[in-house]
Amino acid sequence: MDWGFILSNTAAQLLSPATFAFALAAMGLALHFGFAGLLNFGVAGFMAIGAYGYAISMLTFGLAWWGGLLVGIIGAVLFAIVLGIPTLRLRGDYLAIVTIAAAEIVRLLFLTTAFTEVTGSADGLSGYHASFRESNPFAPGTYGFGPWQYNEIDLWVLTLGLAILIIATLFVWRIVKSPWGRVLKGIREDEDAVRALGKNVFAYKMQALIIGGVIAALGGFVYALPSAVSPGVYVTSLTFFVWTALLLGGAATVFGPILGAVIFWVLQAFLTNVLPELVKAGPLDFLTSQQSSTIRFILVGVGLMLIVIYRPQGIFGDKKELTFVK
Amino acid sequence: MLFLALVSALAVHPAYADSVGDEFKDRISGNVQFEGTPLDGVLIKVSGQGYEAEVVTDAEGKWRVGVPSKGDYQVTLIEDTLPEGIAVLEGGSTQLVTVGPGGRVSKNFFIGEGERITVSLTDQVIARIIYGLNFGLMLALAAIGLSLVFGTTGLSNFAHSEMVTFGAITSLILVNVISMPIWLALPLAVVISGLMGWGLDAGLWTPLRRKGLGLVQLMIVSIGLSLAARYVYQFIIGGGTEQLPGATAPKMQLFGAVVLSWVDIASMAISLVAILIFAYWLIFTKIGKATRAISDNASLAAASGIDVDRVIRIVWILAAALAGLAGILWAYFRPGIKWDMGAQILLLIFAAVTLGGLGTAFGALLGALIVGVLIETSALVIPNDLKYVGALVVLIVILLFRPQGILGKKERIG
Repeated sequence: MDWGFILSNTAAQLLSPATFAFALAAMGLALHFGFAGLLNFGVAGFMAIGAYGYAISMLTFGLAWWGGLLVGIIGAVLFAIVLGIPTLRLRGDYLAIVTIAAAEIVRLLFLTTAFTEVTGSADGLSGYHASFRESNPFAPGTYGFGPWQYNEIDLWVLTLGLAILIIATLFVWRIVKSPWGRVLKGIREDEDAVRALGKNVFAYKMQALIIGGVIAALGGFVYALPSAVSPGVYVTSLTFFVWTALLLGGAATVFGPILGAVIFWVLQAFLTNVLPELVKAGPLDFLTSQQSSTIRFILVGVGLMLIVIYRPQGIFGDKKELTFVK
Repeated sequence: MLFLALVSALAVHPAYADSVGDEFKDRISGNVQFEGTPLDGVLIKVSGQGYEAEVVTDAEGKWRVGVPSKGDYQVTLIEDTLPEGIAVLEGGSTQLVTVGPGGRVSKNFFIGEGERITVSLTDQVIARIIYGLNFGLMLALAAIGLSLVFGTTGLSNFAHSEMVTFGAITSLILVNVISMPIWLALPLAVVISGLMGWGLDAGLWTPLRRKGLGLVQLMIVSIGLSLAARYVYQFIIGGGTEQLPGATAPKMQLFGAVVLSWVDIASMAISLVAILIFAYWLIFTKIGKATRAISDNASLAAASGIDVDRVIRIVWILAAALAGLAGILWAYFRPGIKWDMGAQILLLIFAAVTLGGLGTAFGALLGALIVGVLIETSALVIPNDLKYVGALVVLIVILLFRPQGILGKKERIG
């Protein structure tokens, strides 16, 4: 067992586009669920719109990379409005079912062979990097040290991903401390009371849905930045993984989503590296290599159950600010 | 030749290639010829084992499709892409091919001059409605259980799909590992599913309710359970597709364009009988009445002397048994048993329950039938791989106009 190799791979996951993408998606979800009490199970749909919006704008319409980013954001705003209008007036579990269904509709539309020329169908999209790489400010070369060594392209991807994450975090941190954020938390605790104060509850919820959705779509954009867009990624399980990351860190916190995403991915990377080694080295040799890679997903499910049962406020959360409405 | 070239230019080319799925070791191939002349640009569809592919013949009339696993596949020659005046003469345009241990099979269609058997739109619609009812009845078995659990406990159980898969995998283990005869294995799998429902309620849901977890918390626990169970199944049976005996029973032409195997007919009969027994139980027995009372108002029911915990326990057993039965029928309908087979229909089950009215058992039945028929008939108009989208869109539209569902009560939507 080469522990140095395993630990180095695990440490590399600390700074990776996937970790940033999950942190962004979980941040958007924190605004939805943690602060506004909206049960959004369509995170994968928002991420798919961000990713596909970016890739399609460049491949089909020939926009520059920031144009693609903008298209993804506009797509997420429209998706949030379409979702919100029928469901925000209804009880929470309806929003859960509708958002999960809508995300699946989005995925199936990207997957169908009817639009293969635009969406790439089951193969997804790739080869849309020209515009993004042209605007790379870094000179060719190798940067970093230890497990964190990158070429100029990876460095550009990570820099942009980290910049977006920092901006989104500051933005969310600011708005949840504002009067707007306090009204939002009020809606989460007691919708009728806030309505009685003369606030337009529907409008607040819709604004939260849109802002959170855009942040999740930015996550999809960062996820698509380094390599390719594949419809197999944006399945319902992705939504559940983002939920796991969020609840791990703390739903009603600003830094919880980031911590949750980092722990989620570092743990995944560790298990991905260590389990096959344990199979090879002996302690788990009764497993096949495929079974050993299945174990980490079983652990995600069990972990999610344990968090929600024993520490629903997450690592960072405050027990007084429980987001689970009884 | 000019004429043939024209036809091939007009034909639909989803992927103009004579060979798809080259990454797979096993393959089906063939050669489409008419009186020794190769036919170019004829569309061939291959489906089965949860896999679908399309291929177009090349200038020599040859085609080749790689398939992910051994087993039975339906090979369809799309007659619209043949030149005018010729058709498949024997066996129909859709034929069954078995990929055996050798892994390579060739399939040739006997093509000659003749009229194509065209099916009128009415016949197609009737056939689709019957397939839809078959699917809908299977869906209803799962939906009723989900709706009952929701009605009595308020839980939107995302792990219900894994209870569906449980029935299929249990019967697979009973048949393949213990070599039990199928007539004994399937009922036993339903009984074991019921026991699993008892275990879930006794070991997990009742303690959590006692602990005072909120409904949203319970819902997310069920999501965690669903994820964990799904991957435990993958751990046990791997990522491939397994078949129960009889899954590839020959299809019979019944009337019009309706083509069913005896397994399909048995499946519909079993669903109907199960639903009728369930309806009798819910309407006439004491426990059934108590179940409806708890769905209406749990605290009032408790105050009237109904043992709520005991009724909920029975509801879980029943819901799990019905879900297990639905899983077995779904394994025959797909056909095939796969670790995520239940998750594939979870949203359709939710759509059925919401459409009919959350918490109402007969609403779930009605909703499931509507979803089933809608999915099958909409495939006449929209591409086949978008047919589930129709059902999900209807779900969202229904919520706009009648959020309580067809048979639901208004006060529930609050």
